[in-house]
Amino acid sequence: MKKIDFTQTPVIDQVSVEERVARLNTRSIKKSAKVEGLKLALNLIDLTTLEGKDTAGKVKQMCYKAMHPHDELPGLPTVAAVCVYPTFVGLAKKELGDSGVKVASVATAFPSGQSTRQIKIEDTKFAVSEGADEVDMVISRGEFLVGNYNYVFDEIAEVKEACGKARLKVILETGELSTLDNVRRASEIAMRAGADFIKTSTGKIQPAATQPVTLVMLEAIRDYYYETGIMIGMKPAGGISTAKSALNYLVMVHETLGNAWMNNEWFRFGASSLANDILMQLAKEAKGVYQGGDYFSKD
Amino acid sequence: MSKKSKPEITLNFNQGWQYAPAPESSDHIRLEKKYGHFINGEFVAPASGKYFTSYNPSNEKPLADVGKGDARDMDKAVKAAKTAYDKVWKKMPAAERGKYLYRIARMIQERARELAVIESMDGGKPIRESRDIDVPLAAAHFFYYAGWADKLEYAFPGRTPEPLGVAGQIIPWNFPLLMAAWKIAPALACGNTVVLKPAESTPLTAMKLAEIIRDSGLPPGVVNIVNGFGDAGAALVNHKDVAKIAFTGSTDVGKIIQKAVAGTGKKLTLELGGKAANIVFEDAPLDQAVEGIINGIFFNQGHVCCAGSRLFVQEGVADKLIRKLKDRIETLRVGDPLDKNTDVGAINSKEQLEKISYYIGLGKEEGAEMWQPSGNIPQTGYFCRPTLFLNASQSHRIVQEEIFGPVLTIQTFRTVEEVIEKANNIPYGLSAGVWTDKGSRIFNLTGKLRAGVVWANTYNKFDPVSPFGGYKESGFGREGGVQGLAAYLKI
Repeated sequence: MKKIDFTQTPVIDQVSVEERVARLNTRSIKKSAKVEGLKLALNLIDLTTLEGKDTAGKVKQMCYKAMHPHDELPGLPTVAAVCVYPTFVGLAKKELGDSGVKVASVATAFPSGQSTRQIKIEDTKFAVSEGADEVDMVISRGEFLVGNYNYVFDEIAEVKEACGKARLKVILETGELSTLDNVRRASEIAMRAGADFIKTSTGKIQPAATQPVTLVMLEAIRDYYYETGIMIGMKPAGGISTAKSALNYLVMVHETLGNAWMNNEWFRFGASSLANDILMQLAKEAKGVYQGGDYFSKD
Repeated sequence: MSKKSKPEITLNFNQGWQYAPAPESSDHIRLEKKYGHFINGEFVAPASGKYFTSYNPSNEKPLADVGKGDARDMDKAVKAAKTAYDKVWKKMPAAERGKYLYRIARMIQERARELAVIESMDGGKPIRESRDIDVPLAAAHFFYYAGWADKLEYAFPGRTPEPLGVAGQIIPWNFPLLMAAWKIAPALACGNTVVLKPAESTPLTAMKLAEIIRDSGLPPGVVNIVNGFGDAGAALVNHKDVAKIAFTGSTDVGKIIQKAVAGTGKKLTLELGGKAANIVFEDAPLDQAVEGIINGIFFNQGHVCCAGSRLFVQEGVADKLIRKLKDRIETLRVGDPLDKNTDVGAINSKEQLEKISYYIGLGKEEGAEMWQPSGNIPQTGYFCRPTLFLNASQSHRIVQEEIFGPVLTIQTFRTVEEVIEKANNIPYGLSAGVWTDKGSRIFNLTGKLRAGVVWANTYNKFDPVSPFGGYKESGFGREGGVQGLAAYLKI
């Protein structure tokens, strides 16, 4: 592959990106399209708990929810994966069994990424050895912002190697990257260094996922696909908590990358409270009335 | 296996998730079976007793019958306007004039939904546009000029601006309500009275505006609206008591009007055709430029005088940009104007569809490479697929002549000098677009492109504060902004 100069990545016009997002959000998704979209969105969720106070009990309950989002409504899919810290990977793996729900583990000194390369690699290897199907790493934003693009590239490549068969999601932490030009640049670095997915955020920094950031990343994926034939997945994470906004994101994927990306192999939502809002909407479509929050389990 | 290589690298936008129909309801609109003219504050039958029918271009169904105006109706309307000018409007304190304009603006907002639905039914434009652009902008023009009514001395320091009298205004079918607002609002703010002739294929929102004007309590005769065809327009242009003509429409008719008013002392502004260059440099933000190209040519089915109908792409990024453009066009939804997800609605009339089809045939004959998206278009009504002509030449007629439809010609260029020359090498000069990341290049080009409006890294952006108008065969005079006041005043 030809050598890439990461100082020369495509420029982005923020105002126009925001206008494009606004136009996409005028899409009216009703009736059958809404039900189909919501079921798909549920199936795209990486159900996530990433807290200092996480315990085995909490993770177990979340795993059950991942497999049984709302048994009262027949025909619902499971979520795509659960996302936990490395120490809970083994447990989650056991709880989820052969349900098809994947286990994703954050790694590389999540969420700040402020540690040595060696520790980040060890962190990744531990998660993989515990059985993680997917690893969500963070990039070194400090190195990126001082222009050390090769450092960021090499680190991603090394983590990718440590992942073995696990798929690698690279978190850009776009809330710390300041500009959409930077988002595009970081996307280019991640894709070329071996990311299987690019992901917006840890959820620990505000703003987390936004639609303009996601659109820029989807366009980067599109250009990379045309250049190489390689598909890269996309995962907006953090801040997507309503069914309506999930549909807005799906419209964006649908009209930017097309049908091939409309499944959980290539698109994920990193979210914790989104699932229940989707369930609430689906229950409303099925029953004709809204039910209160306590009709849906909070795990 | 974490990555997949596919043999064929394409994106698929037409399979999988389908958006269900999302039609805007038309149950709430009120349309009479028959409209005459609006003269001296009331609806009156045409002198001839004759009517013509306004059709919905998306299904060819009749919407309402409309009075066929002639010289007698025009004479009655101009007399009413003259009387209202002399006896009421000229003498009214300017702040009071402003209040009426504010009231009309608010009433347009209150009835926005009905106006948007009727605009889409009568003209074929997508409800997304009539709802989000046409109607809000129409209200914005009334709000904007309402503010100027009592501040005209400040617009022209050291002068004492005086109104002209009766303004005769003739508007086109592409933005029926918005063009009525562009014309009526500044004329009234400056103290003139108005006789307006809507286009014969889209008279209905003008009739709804007449209802609003009546309900606003505006003194009778200040605004009069007479429906009809070209002969009614000619009667207005030639009426001796008209002090000013404002026309938006085709260059051919503009020339006839200019001849007709020569030597009469009538003031004239013309806003005519266009064939704008939309220029993309290789350093441009390409995905956003694609969006601007789409807005430039497919907004309102390309029935826009300032449409970016000639795309110039610097050769280094041409292949990439055209691929992006094609992908984007694949996602455009052509169909029912009232569906909230429709991007490209119906062509305004059968005649216009025939004209566009003629040019598409001509482009093929001339040897440009035609491309259209794969999606379906409705079988009934007047619809046209978004169309690209690749490898177009400056000497092709599809490049030189205004098509006024969803047809984009694409030419490549190498240097700045070359593209400036080609962009200006056309009888029109209404608008242009420039896409580049480099600020200095924008300023260089805006100075050298002979176009009334130059958009940089955006396209088809309208605001009442900003003047609009052309060079060369695109007309003269400016509408909008402070400059738009000058056309309606003795300064």
